[in-house]
Amino acid sequence: MRLSEKQWTLLILAALIALSPFFFPSSYYYRVGSLIFVNGLAVTGIVILTGYAGQISLGHAGFAGIGAYACALAPAHLGLHPALALVLGAAISGVLAFLVGRPILRLKGYYLAVASLGLGILVAMALANESWITGGPDGIKVADLGLRAVLKSQGLDLSNTEFWYAFTGLALLIGAWLALNLHDSPTGRALRALHGSEIAARTVGIDVARAKLAAFVISAVYASVSGSLLALQNRFITPDVAGYMHSIEMVTMAVLGGAGSVLGAIFGAGILTMLPQVLTVFAEYEQLMLGLVMMLVMIFMRQGLLPSVLRLIRGRGE
Amino acid sequence: MLTVEGLRSRYGRIEVLHGIDLHVDSGEIVTVVGANGAGKTTLLRCLSGVQPVAGGSITFRGEALTPVPAHRRLSRGLAQSPEGRQIFTNLTVEENLRLGAFLYSDGRVEKDMEDAFGMFPVLKQKRNLAAGGLSGGQQQMLAIARALMGRPSCLLLDEPSMGLAPILVQQIFDVVKGLKALDVTVLLVEQNAFGALKIADRGYVMETGRITMEGTSEALIADPRIREAYLGI
Repeated sequence: MRLSEKQWTLLILAALIALSPFFFPSSYYYRVGSLIFVNGLAVTGIVILTGYAGQISLGHAGFAGIGAYACALAPAHLGLHPALALVLGAAISGVLAFLVGRPILRLKGYYLAVASLGLGILVAMALANESWITGGPDGIKVADLGLRAVLKSQGLDLSNTEFWYAFTGLALLIGAWLALNLHDSPTGRALRALHGSEIAARTVGIDVARAKLAAFVISAVYASVSGSLLALQNRFITPDVAGYMHSIEMVTMAVLGGAGSVLGAIFGAGILTMLPQVLTVFAEYEQLMLGLVMMLVMIFMRQGLLPSVLRLIRGRGE
Repeated sequence: MLTVEGLRSRYGRIEVLHGIDLHVDSGEIVTVVGANGAGKTTLLRCLSGVQPVAGGSITFRGEALTPVPAHRRLSRGLAQSPEGRQIFTNLTVEENLRLGAFLYSDGRVEKDMEDAFGMFPVLKQKRNLAAGGLSGGQQQMLAIARALMGRPSCLLLDEPSMGLAPILVQQIFDVVKGLKALDVTVLLVEQNAFGALKIADRGYVMETGRITMEGTSEALIADPRIREAYLGI
């Protein structure tokens, strides 16, 4: 049986998540793994926005911040269960993305990048300055999700890092599955079509502004859930999660790995999450190395690492 | 079916259409010929709604078209195959066709696709390949097939012969002529005046934003001025 690209992607992803722990020398690697998955989830949202629809956002960390602080504040002040707080954060992010995106996405060009940059900075500033509720730059404690205790009572005893590795891995799989389904749905086709030519997309009856808005809202929800998972995992969150460096990081991960492909982007998230751990040897030259890697990839592999490498392999095979 | 009266349009402060009058009746193939820069493409862009109209009116099947946004015009029955083909190069041939039927989700989509493949067998062979890899002629076929997937009553074609080898040009014109049998009314904009007039019922000649001549195709082909200026005979 021939597997479709979607099935391949999910299979490879599931295999990597399930089998990697056998090679982990210490439990610290579970922690790195779950960070990769959380970043991978946010970057999957970027694939929908940038890879499918060709729109660039430089403020997605703002949505991650909303998701993260929803999990910190809603259980403490509203008495919501942390899982519901995650949903609430996603809803707020989605509505905010809708309100901001609606006037802006009627325009073609870089307006979204600039406006989202502003939005992200605004969210980060609000989180840092409204310390009466957010705890300010020092951060704030986050409630326990409670799922690990439930699993333990069912006889499945996982360490904290193991649990979060499995949980975020599952979340990433679901996120990737949804993004891949979207790819081949009429909406996904419409997004990829307007990426190619907005005029042609309009002549086949696509409401371009609405399609772009849908992509922006969906990707905001991905970023929000990713922020929530990060907060719940760390049990602590600071406004850095919404910082614009984090926004840039998300876009960089997607572009480095290959923004057009879900697997590629997750691969990019993996590399950029691990790279700083490897580059600690170079200490202060870390940023320099990172910039160098990015430049080389953009010069020699414009489609991103994974698609370029795959093409090289396929090209040799023929 | 389609009536244009006193249509004006401008790019910034420069007016490029100075009051265009034309009409296309149901079942006709009508062509607008003229040199590069005469405003033919601007006219089509106004009709498909991607270019703002500065004055005059467009009426399609009895309804004023100017307030209808571009993406709603196909649902009124007006399809366009835009200039430079504008196929979705990163998508497969089949995905391009499915996008042509973006407005529909009924069983007829599959049937229409089979019809399109029957009309252009080469597209069926390449259905799972990226449309950007097709030759120029095949891309033009895809653009027309995609427009037909939208079940139009009237099809606007912008320079379908542009950049094609002579043998392909003839093939494309034959396809356009064949649209009559499918009950599709055609407004064809062309630089290739002779080829277009040969398959059209009527024609308009456009020069620097104005219609300067109109008539049946036979009359235009026979007109000495046309022969000298556009047909090179």
